[in-house]
Amino acid sequence: MSASNLQQRHRTGRVWLVVFQVALLTGIVALTALLFNILNGSFGYVAIEDTIAPQDLAVNGVPLEEQDKDTLIQVLQAHISAGLFARYEFDKPFAERSAGEVYDLILERVVEPKFVAQWSLYETLTNRDAIRQTAAQDFPNARLEFRSWLNSHFLRAPQSSYPEIAGVRTAVLGSLWTIGIAVLFAFPVGVAAAVYLQEYAPDNLINRIIQTNITNLAGVPSIIYGILGLAIFVRALGHFTSGVAFGASDPTTSNGRTILSAGLTLGMLVLPLIIINAQEAIKAVPSSLRQASFGLGATRWETVWHHVLPNAISGIMTGTILAISRAIGETAPLVVIGASTFIQVDPEGPFSNFTTLPIQIYQWTARPQSVFRNLAGGASLVLLGLLLTLNATAIILRNRYRRSL
Amino acid sequence: MAPTRTSDHVSLKRKPRLRELVIQSLLFVCGLLSIFVTAGIIYELGKESLLFFGRTQWQLTNKPIVADIAPADTRIEVGPIGTPLREGDTLRLDQEVLHLIAIEDSIYVVERGVQDTAPASHAAGAVLHKGVDPSLAEFFTGTTWAPHAGQFGVLPLLNATLMVSGIAILVALPLGLATAIYLSEYASPRARNTLKPILEILAGVPTVVYGYFALTFMTPLLRTIFGQNVVQIYNTASAGIVIGILILPLVSTISEDALNAVPRSLREAAYGLGATRLETAVRIVLPAAFSGIAAAAILAISRAVGETMVVALAAGAGPAFTFNPFQAAETMTGHIVRISGGDLSYDSLDYNSIFAIGLMLFVMTLALNIFSQYIVRRFREVYE
Repeated sequence: MSASNLQQRHRTGRVWLVVFQVALLTGIVALTALLFNILNGSFGYVAIEDTIAPQDLAVNGVPLEEQDKDTLIQVLQAHISAGLFARYEFDKPFAERSAGEVYDLILERVVEPKFVAQWSLYETLTNRDAIRQTAAQDFPNARLEFRSWLNSHFLRAPQSSYPEIAGVRTAVLGSLWTIGIAVLFAFPVGVAAAVYLQEYAPDNLINRIIQTNITNLAGVPSIIYGILGLAIFVRALGHFTSGVAFGASDPTTSNGRTILSAGLTLGMLVLPLIIINAQEAIKAVPSSLRQASFGLGATRWETVWHHVLPNAISGIMTGTILAISRAIGETAPLVVIGASTFIQVDPEGPFSNFTTLPIQIYQWTARPQSVFRNLAGGASLVLLGLLLTLNATAIILRNRYRRSL
Repeated sequence: MAPTRTSDHVSLKRKPRLRELVIQSLLFVCGLLSIFVTAGIIYELGKESLLFFGRTQWQLTNKPIVADIAPADTRIEVGPIGTPLREGDTLRLDQEVLHLIAIEDSIYVVERGVQDTAPASHAAGAVLHKGVDPSLAEFFTGTTWAPHAGQFGVLPLLNATLMVSGIAILVALPLGLATAIYLSEYASPRARNTLKPILEILAGVPTVVYGYFALTFMTPLLRTIFGQNVVQIYNTASAGIVIGILILPLVSTISEDALNAVPRSLREAAYGLGATRLETAVRIVLPAAFSGIAAAAILAISRAVGETMVVALAAGAGPAFTFNPFQAAETMTGHIVRISGGDLSYDSLDYNSIFAIGLMLFVMTLALNIFSQYIVRRFREVYE
């Protein structure tokens, strides 16, 4: 090979190195765009029109936010009809409501803010003057406000068809309930299956089938689990999952589309992941420990319970948390089994109808009005925050309980 | 006194331990549970799909009978409105099933009370239903999916699924492979340890957030680049690209593991023969890691085929048979989610149809997964 050829080859090498770096960069750019896009929808200017401006409601010159509860109740009573006031009293007596709750009611019923236009974070930052002009021209009665769509009201308030007062409280609670049931079901079963496969199973046909089956189950699309959940938990076992069999719900109105069905479906979905992760953790326990235990006369179960599991538990927990973070973001199977309705009240137990955070994001994103996209952005932030917390817990657990073996 | 021999009394036989046995059985049952899940999937999908294909669906024809008829009448007069019917069609009036033998203008000659139903009297104005049987042949070759109009072709849904997956793998395979080569062959260990977790964040983001991303970022971007008139608000290109980003970490992680598994000695031999870094990576390491990379690609396709929320939000609602990636088309998964999102009543046409589509989806992804495992076994290069 001649020298010029060598130079040519090195040049090609450099060109391709740039190509490889660009590919890597594209992935990182995509991630940045994804995160930016969520922030872009979660913050920004909003033009709000009030029926009654909050400053007009100030009593004796003290702004509404700083009033005590009794004054707030008086303000509310003065501005809404007696019938409506009586209905609120009936729903939950005012004596039991906090000042914050009464303030929310005043906002909802008296101030009645209406979002007439909203801008993304990017527009807000780069185009401030133009937005002010447009807002002043098109909506002379509106006030322009920088809004964080993720705020304390958003976390506290239930779902609503009015974007001004909608929140994610019911959805977050629904997510926690379903995940809780999924873990209660899948964790013991999954760890037991992993212990069986790792510590007991002789290498025979049935155990090989079980192992192959678990690997393949992990690759089944989540929506298939939704269809299975619909057929089994919602329909076939509807008598139990609706709570009718336990006398917990009214047979005429309840159906199987409950938190229990959703939790069990998610449990089936994460079961193979938990088994595979737990198997890895158990595999990592050195066999010298087992042999020492057997040598001292311990039975197989004593060995597993006193030596293998305590040493594998941090790995098992980490794997389980990773499986949970997969489950908490799952939407499709829950849409299939939930036919999710519009739910405004907190779930009361496993037999309640449900909505979850991802379902909420899906429904808001699918709405044609752009204002709901902002809500979806805020809800996405909540979901990502939840996932971040879970993963951080997994890492801390791993570091804390990692034993040198 | 000489020591007595005690070995006669110590039995070395295995003692039956009831507790151990019970525990082992319980653990075995837990392991077996995964088999039940698979069996449940296959049984339910199969059962309801059979119902979908085996049961006659009754379509409203809007065609009324004009005069009252008695149980013995075989000639019935019908009104001019409604869907035209053909000789040989199966009809239904209330609970009674009839067989249409001949048509003489507005008079239908029928055989009464077929399919185990009893002939009955019907009042004028009763409306005819037409029976339609979905056949396997029509399911796989028909180009229109409109079960309520008696058209059961799954091709539009399948086509959209394949298009979205195709676009996704076109995005993810080159990017993922190039990333894997860079991380495994070029990057310093320190750079790798920083960059890999960053890419893996992409794998942890819930798919519904990707759907939001596709609809609020990728679609507007495509519409800005290619023009508002060319790109529809819902389109398969946007969904495909975003799914490509979603499966990128899957491709890059598995490919990188495969590249890393190639022994150092091969690289050193190549360098020793004067190969450049690129030549070593592409001509020596890449072929040696072929099985792992192929498996990664197939797994990624399988993941893209089953991906739901991105297509449900960004690809469009309503089946359409189109090869244009800038037009709306509903995929199999998107269709299942949309249909079941409403109030789905059991034993309805829609209910059965999602099982038929689900069975097809299950078979497709299972075949892809098994194929990828086969490739890993069959083409694995074993180095000492």
